[in-house]
Amino acid sequence: MAKAKSWLEPHAQGLYVKPADLWIDPSRPVERAAVTHGHADHARSGHGAVFATPETLAIMALRYGVDVEASHNQAFGYSDGFELGGVRFSFFPAGHVLGSAQILMEYAGERIIITGDYKRRPDPTCALFEVVPCDIFITEATFGLPVFRHPPTDQEIAKLIGAVRAEPDRCVLVGAYALGKAQRVMAELRAAGWDAPIYIHGAMEKMCALYAAHGVDLGELRLVSETDKTDMAGQIIVAPPSALNDRWSRRLPDPVTAMASGWMRVRQRARQRMVELPLVISDHADWEELTTTISQVNPKETWITHGSEDGLLRWCELHQRQARALHLVGRDLEEEA
Amino acid sequence: MKAFAALIDRLIYTRSRNSKLALLVDYLRHTPDPDRGWAIAALIESLDFPAVKSAMVRALLATRVDEELFRLSRHFVGDTAETAALLWPDAPGAQADLTVAAAADALSAATRATAPQILASLLDCLDADGRYALLKLALGGMRVGVSARLAKQAFAQAFAVPVDDVEELWHAIPPPYAPLFAWGEGRAERPDLADVAFFRPFMLAHPLEETTVDLAEYAAEWKWDGIRVQIVHGGGQTRIYSRGGEEISGAFPELVAAFDQDAVIDGELLVRGEAQGGEAASFNSLQQRLGRKTVSKKMLADYPAFVRVYDLLAIDGNDLRSLPWTERRRQLESFVPRLDDSHFDLSQVIEARDFNDLAERRAGARDAAIEGVMLKRRDAPYVPGRRAGLWYKWKRDPLTADCVMMYAQRGNGRRASFYSDYTFGCWSDDGELLPVGKAYSGFTDEELKWLDKFVRDNTLNRFGPVREIEKSLVLEVAFDSIHSSKRHKSGLAMRFPRISRIRRDKPAEEADRIAALLAMVT
Repeated sequence: MAKAKSWLEPHAQGLYVKPADLWIDPSRPVERAAVTHGHADHARSGHGAVFATPETLAIMALRYGVDVEASHNQAFGYSDGFELGGVRFSFFPAGHVLGSAQILMEYAGERIIITGDYKRRPDPTCALFEVVPCDIFITEATFGLPVFRHPPTDQEIAKLIGAVRAEPDRCVLVGAYALGKAQRVMAELRAAGWDAPIYIHGAMEKMCALYAAHGVDLGELRLVSETDKTDMAGQIIVAPPSALNDRWSRRLPDPVTAMASGWMRVRQRARQRMVELPLVISDHADWEELTTTISQVNPKETWITHGSEDGLLRWCELHQRQARALHLVGRDLEEEA
Repeated sequence: MKAFAALIDRLIYTRSRNSKLALLVDYLRHTPDPDRGWAIAALIESLDFPAVKSAMVRALLATRVDEELFRLSRHFVGDTAETAALLWPDAPGAQADLTVAAAADALSAATRATAPQILASLLDCLDADGRYALLKLALGGMRVGVSARLAKQAFAQAFAVPVDDVEELWHAIPPPYAPLFAWGEGRAERPDLADVAFFRPFMLAHPLEETTVDLAEYAAEWKWDGIRVQIVHGGGQTRIYSRGGEEISGAFPELVAAFDQDAVIDGELLVRGEAQGGEAASFNSLQQRLGRKTVSKKMLADYPAFVRVYDLLAIDGNDLRSLPWTERRRQLESFVPRLDDSHFDLSQVIEARDFNDLAERRAGARDAAIEGVMLKRRDAPYVPGRRAGLWYKWKRDPLTADCVMMYAQRGNGRRASFYSDYTFGCWSDDGELLPVGKAYSGFTDEELKWLDKFVRDNTLNRFGPVREIEKSLVLEVAFDSIHSSKRHKSGLAMRFPRISRIRRDKPAEEADRIAALLAMVT
């Protein structure tokens, strides 16, 4: 069996697969890049060729103008893949956002998984994470501390609906990352029976349309900019977190400020964002999910890319699992967690 | 515990004072006794469970969670109670209906030996939010922005009773305040305070702004640069109360011992300074004596405290507050000689010919302990709070404002390890605190040490090098002039602001308003 370190090199700007001359989620433009998902800290513009799922490519086309039709960019469905320089690459669902994938690399008898970002609980907007056995499991650790236990999603959605109904003269403004979190909140609201129109910030209109085009039903969405203030009383508004305390929100009827994020678990973090209604909804695995996943995948070695790596390293140590932290840079999308 | 936990959470996320008030009113109206009493006492930090301290909680957690993971989590969360609440494993079949009262009873009964076991079994009854509420109840440090004053206002509003009555009764009745609630709800008579050394709400002054008064109608006294106190003797007890109605008897045992008359006085607590030939020393010396629960012999000798008395509220069981100032003054002058003259003296009336003469005397006053002049309407009774036209305070130059510390940053060089740069703010008309300036001088090294510790103990958030501080500390800021400025949200900029005093005695909500600063703009 080959030694992973001889063919997979962790660099600050990403993971380099030497025999294939390919980077995974590089933070600067490269010749060939395999991309796990469409968030800006993983998907960048300017690469020569991009290998990703069709949904991720579509998102990159929308966000960074990547040309999906160009022959050097290649789309692969889940369980599908390609071979390059003797390395077999295949994509498996990561459960993070639409199109998000773990990438399995097989070379000289060795199997390495890079998860990108992931979660384990069901999400109506994307495929469920699949446990794939491997030798080296390269995981994120955004919530790699035992204080992070995300409550059941339906409980948080019920809290949101309860808050809207409690004050029918006001509206609830939910800050949610424009790719993934926003659509998930909308889809979960629909699943909970909220069938009124959902009002959105203009910045998320196209992404919502992209989700709908990929079969994710978000129900009726209306633009805040095209709605009278009074019509939004008793309604739910979804906007990017940056708009929460922005002048933009003045056009809303006395909004209750909510935010959907795993960070909302910690009270002072929520206060810091001037949030009145914290919703602990995350697209990242919580402590339980991270540790359960490592146990289930049961790799020989665990590499940790970003987040609270100290906490997860300590857990690995306590459970006699080999682990190391990779210290990748630029993987801190606070807003998106 | 569920309702209490929900209340704490809503208070944490609610910023406006009025909304906090509404939440408290609602809670007080709809929660049964004795839970609501314990809850409100916990919110205003009136409870102390000596057997339960954070070191004990950390040790208890170590029996359930890896210590290194606790340390990393504590570092991230920034608060022991919250970390412990989140890390404590959910017990199967949790959510037994643990009441706040049951928790308070169990914690009161705990000894150092039994506390860990008791706390553990309480934690096992609760979910994460309930555990947070329980640990905050046990350890204090609520940080939900509820002052004693706000709680009393909420009580008054909840049961439609006068807030001044609530102020008086509050200190006379221990948590969980059952007789207070019974009175509020009309189920019982007003509790009888005849045998209790209870607090009377202070009469306060308005600043004198661009007006003159007729000295035939107003008496003038020096305004002393100490802290306002009320000394109450009743039911065989002597208590000293500060401006906010907090009892500070423990810090001034010599005054408690020396005040042996059945009376209630209002006066200025000062420290006698050698440099002033036995006269009152500056506020800095007094600082040494503040904020202590007990006091050493050396402190007593180095910083001898005394009270300069200026009003008499009750004597020999008679309430004098409805009498005009002239009459109270007459009785005061004959009363003060009954007191031990090494600890009490009379604040003299300034005999000025007219207002201009008074202005000259004010400008010429050199005494370090003189802060300005007080003007008191001769025919006015002693009424709680700040009533228009009755009392005025006329501070000496330079310009000063009482501001609330909001943010702190470390200094440079010698002060690199100290949080020595402070951003402070004043209240807007709608009750929001807006930054008005930043200062990093004016305090002594001793005060800097104290301020640094205060910052570290009261940090709400960290933004890189900047710490957001619990908005509770009033800083008196002196400045040469103040101008309008587009750079700051408050629209104001101070010239050469420096910290002139740390006002630990003053509640944050009584800091100056932006409007008062605007009036000083040149």
